[in-house]
Amino acid sequence: MSGREPQTALAAAIEQNRRNERVTRAWLLAPALTIILAISILPLGITVVYSFLTPGTYGGVTWEFSTDSYVQFLFQRDIFDDSLVFNSAYVSIFLRSIGLALGATLGALILGFPTAYFIATKPREQRNIWLFLITLPFWTNLLIRTYAMLLIIRDEGIINIMLMKAGIISSPLTILYTDTAVFIGLIYSFLPFMVLPIYASLEKLDFSLVEAGYDLYANRLKVLFHVIVPLAKPGIVAGCILVFIPGLGAYITPELLGGGKKLMIGNMIAMQFGASRNWPFGSAAALILMALVILVLLANALAARRGASNNG
Amino acid sequence: MTGTEIARDRKAAVSARALSKTFGQGDYAVTALDSVELDILENEFFTLLGPSGCGKTTLLRLIAGFELPTQGSISLQGQDITDKPPHRRPINTVFQNYALFPHMTVAENIGFGLRMLGKPAAEIKQTTERMLALVQLEAMAGRRTDQLSGGQQQRVALARALAPAPKVLLLDEPLAALDLKLRKNMQLELKSLQAETGITFVFVTHDQEEALTMSDRIAVMKSGKILQIGTPRDIYDRPTHRFVADFIGDINILEGTVEHTDGDLATVRLKDGTRVSAHLGTTAARSGEVSVAIRPENVRLAGAGETPTLTGILENIVYFGAATNLHLRLGTGEEIVIRNPGAVDEGRYQPGATIGAVLQPELIRVLE
Repeated sequence: MSGREPQTALAAAIEQNRRNERVTRAWLLAPALTIILAISILPLGITVVYSFLTPGTYGGVTWEFSTDSYVQFLFQRDIFDDSLVFNSAYVSIFLRSIGLALGATLGALILGFPTAYFIATKPREQRNIWLFLITLPFWTNLLIRTYAMLLIIRDEGIINIMLMKAGIISSPLTILYTDTAVFIGLIYSFLPFMVLPIYASLEKLDFSLVEAGYDLYANRLKVLFHVIVPLAKPGIVAGCILVFIPGLGAYITPELLGGGKKLMIGNMIAMQFGASRNWPFGSAAALILMALVILVLLANALAARRGASNNG
Repeated sequence: MTGTEIARDRKAAVSARALSKTFGQGDYAVTALDSVELDILENEFFTLLGPSGCGKTTLLRLIAGFELPTQGSISLQGQDITDKPPHRRPINTVFQNYALFPHMTVAENIGFGLRMLGKPAAEIKQTTERMLALVQLEAMAGRRTDQLSGGQQQRVALARALAPAPKVLLLDEPLAALDLKLRKNMQLELKSLQAETGITFVFVTHDQEEALTMSDRIAVMKSGKILQIGTPRDIYDRPTHRFVADFIGDINILEGTVEHTDGDLATVRLKDGTRVSAHLGTTAARSGEVSVAIRPENVRLAGAGETPTLTGILENIVYFGAATNLHLRLGTGEEIVIRNPGAVDEGRYQPGATIGAVLQPELIRVLE
């Protein structure tokens, strides 16, 4: 008996210890869980709920279930007989947004890849300076940076003045308040998101592989497309996602540089909560945008998995 | 130099003339290669041997085209290739870390060079299969390179470099990462592969034994210069520089002064006054203070009644199976090692005993 007792005591102590650990863990997790709940899950839940309600007359919602918001996205209710007619207005805003975001992604890739390559091939001690310069714009608020961009590209802006002084053009190019302006603005705003992940994958790249490429009769272009780009692919994909997704939902850039005339999804959603006073429709549009983003991410995850299993 | 003399009757695959490479500028400039003259012959297994930082890898990278020389020229089969980029030189490299493309299969890696040359698919497939068979990796064709062992990766690297049938194959310490047993096997395999393909191999190593076993000729390098070029026997038996003698195998080195020379033979007075005659060979040291060298296996214990060349106090006896090393301290403070085949009579040869050593006169060399 005397041999047994210490054993059960030990088991009890271990059990107690384990229980304490569980409690500690719960307490340690609590702040993070609270924050995630408060700033992510809860607002999302509210958005989902609101999207199925009826708009209030002066904004807000009235608690009456309705799927109208989703119907409204694709169709217009005829005022006379309540029949549904296809309405392309919102879809075309989505398509425009996707087009602009894709264009900006491509533009950022074309500018960002060489930049990242340039930094990655610099001596190690110089790279941090270049990376610092890349992230420098983040020190200023996006709104202010966008205003600065507005001053640069407007009719009396630096670009037009310089081009005219140089005698290249006789009258100012109209860039501001066009798609081009939005496009330039998006690239400018999100370029660092392209450069940084590509840099991260290029930095890990073993440059003896590049030499091996040259050694095996590949010229610069072939080395780029057969060796460097495939190896930097994870960074390129990450960069594209990081530019495309915020580009798709951009608000400030199209608002200021596009003059609010040509809407992107972000502006359209903002408008529903403002002037249009249609909160449920704004919520629905936001959720549709989110669904779109999730689709893109899923497609990427699937492609990545297929790539991995192909190699495996 | 021996190298250029041999080069007269056989064609040179790679020639370097007054080849120099300096890294950095001004006060920070480092001369990695200092006016190197070199002729590597067709179908030769040529080794660049030296300690790290001697410039052997730089020389290899200059031949490959990864670096451009600061001065001098390189030619391939008589044609100047000094300014040609690596992808325009019919020279392939086996990299030290193999540098296999991780995003390609074994077969794709091997076919890469031919693909870049724009060869038809059928030819690429055929050559790839032939190369896979050559390095005995047929079963691994579809594998990813990170699923291979070190030795297998080594073979893929070799097959990839051989597939485009280069005029010259450069190997940058390719065996350094392998364990001893595998390394020994690969040494023999490389040697037979070279004989089989008839391609000129230029092999870089810091391992003197590896150099001796594999090479047709060896260039021993130090501080950016080639000290001696010759066959393994030249290098081992007839070193011209103290550094070469010291770097390869064990050697006894004694200081002395040249008294007079007669053809290839020099009479050298050692520090204790003993006169020995030593071979000059191609060394540049022909007068004044020189080093004379003899391998421990060419020094023997003086027999009874025999006049020893040198006498000294026995300090150490090291027995290692096939031979016994006896370390003698001479009156001048210099040390000399006798390598006696087999064991020695332990009763007679004990530390502290005075021992006579006989230096085989025909195997004493004068060194720079």
